[in-house]
Amino acid sequence: MKLTVGAVGRPGTTAPNRTGDWRVLHPEFLHEKCAGCRLCELACPEGCITGDAKAKRFDYDAYYCKGCGMCVAVCPVGDIRMTAETH
Amino acid sequence: MRKVLEGSIAVAEAVKACRPHLISAYPITPQTHIVEGLAKMVADGELNAEFVNVESEFAAASVVLGGSAAGARVYSATTSQGLLLMNEVLYNIAGMRLPVVICAVNRAISAPLNIWNDQQDSISVRDSGWIQLYAENNQDVMDLHIQAYRIAEDHRVLLPVMVCMDGFVLTHTFEPVEIPDQEQVDKFLPPYNPLYKLTPKEPLTLGMYAGPDCYMEFRYMIHDAMERAKGVIEEVAEEFARVFGRYSGGLIEQYQTEDAETVIISLGSVVETVKEVVDKQRAAGKKVGCLKIRAYRPFPAEQIRQALRNAKRVAVMEKCVSMGALPPVATDVRAALQGIPDAPEVSSFVAGLGGRDIPTESIEAIVQQVEAGQKDLTWVDLQRDLLEEEATA
Repeated sequence: MKLTVGAVGRPGTTAPNRTGDWRVLHPEFLHEKCAGCRLCELACPEGCITGDAKAKRFDYDAYYCKGCGMCVAVCPVGDIRMTAETH
Repeated sequence: MRKVLEGSIAVAEAVKACRPHLISAYPITPQTHIVEGLAKMVADGELNAEFVNVESEFAAASVVLGGSAAGARVYSATTSQGLLLMNEVLYNIAGMRLPVVICAVNRAISAPLNIWNDQQDSISVRDSGWIQLYAENNQDVMDLHIQAYRIAEDHRVLLPVMVCMDGFVLTHTFEPVEIPDQEQVDKFLPPYNPLYKLTPKEPLTLGMYAGPDCYMEFRYMIHDAMERAKGVIEEVAEEFARVFGRYSGGLIEQYQTEDAETVIISLGSVVETVKEVVDKQRAAGKKVGCLKIRAYRPFPAEQIRQALRNAKRVAVMEKCVSMGALPPVATDVRAALQGIPDAPEVSSFVAGLGGRDIPTESIEAIVQQVEAGQKDLTWVDLQRDLLEEEATA
């Protein structure tokens, strides 16, 4: 893709940027006590947590997750924990 | 129309004629009269523009960044500490390739606190990606403002332009100036036609994320545009002369340099004093000339090499320093001459810091010094007796 003058980007054109490649920790969704409150989804600054509140099941997108741990901090039932990257 | 105007008001008149949509600024001596003048024009209904009052220069620069991104022709002015406070935004404006025009009134930087003229402020942002044009007198500063928009908005360039104007020496001096006719300005400067424009209908990101895979290429594109600006600056100066009947030089101005053995290089208002010295020296039969650097960024290395091809020695006199190194302009001039056979010797002179007057006698002394073989850095008229306290403390 050719570069634009002034580094101008149209919506969606930055989607290929792998913002998750410098992560040292990643969240682990335990899927044990989830209350389906959606706080993790709302708190995620990357918007990379998706899931189903009724099914009480959420997960993160490793392509974009920077491992900030906001989801762990806001989870009221302690159903997410941070784990070290192993690769 | 010819009128006697204060430099700052002359700038306000020139900016008004360029029909900016948005002006944002924070007052700071000696820039204040420029934006006061513009604010009055807006309040009186003479200028149809938004004047946005802000709490700092960081905000002023940010407001004009946003306005320019939205497709407006924008203007700001500042000086010294204000320019330093804008620094982060200056780099962003250049990186987003927004054709913002500001007047950098040249004033010394703290500490110690000093409100008088030197050029340390604008010189210290020379690597930000802004084109820098230095004005010699008030007519020049008016003409440069009008040319600045043409250069900045040219799609071959799309870079911001800083018109540099010596504080007090020009801003507060009354001189007769030719106020450009609005019809002529409209003919010379068509409405701004942005390459990209931020609108709610068509969302864009400007200056988006660029990783190690393409950041260098983005930076190269700015450098490349700066190189192209050299031709555009010359072109616009000639076009200006055709429309207004005044030519004040392109990248450089040569004054009696053709057969000169000694050439004094400088920039800004002090060039008029240098020319006076050149006239006196010529009257005494001495081959002395003056080379004015009008565009400091992009740096006209080729034009300087050409202009100095017959010179035997060069004195670069500048109102700025690079602590612990050769001053910036002298460094650039030496670099331009590097490797040229029989290149003239370049001596470096720092003068006029913090408003210290540079009389003709001091420039004559510089000529004598370089003729005697001076090469090292000299601080002109340094009062060594004042340094004793520190030396003996």
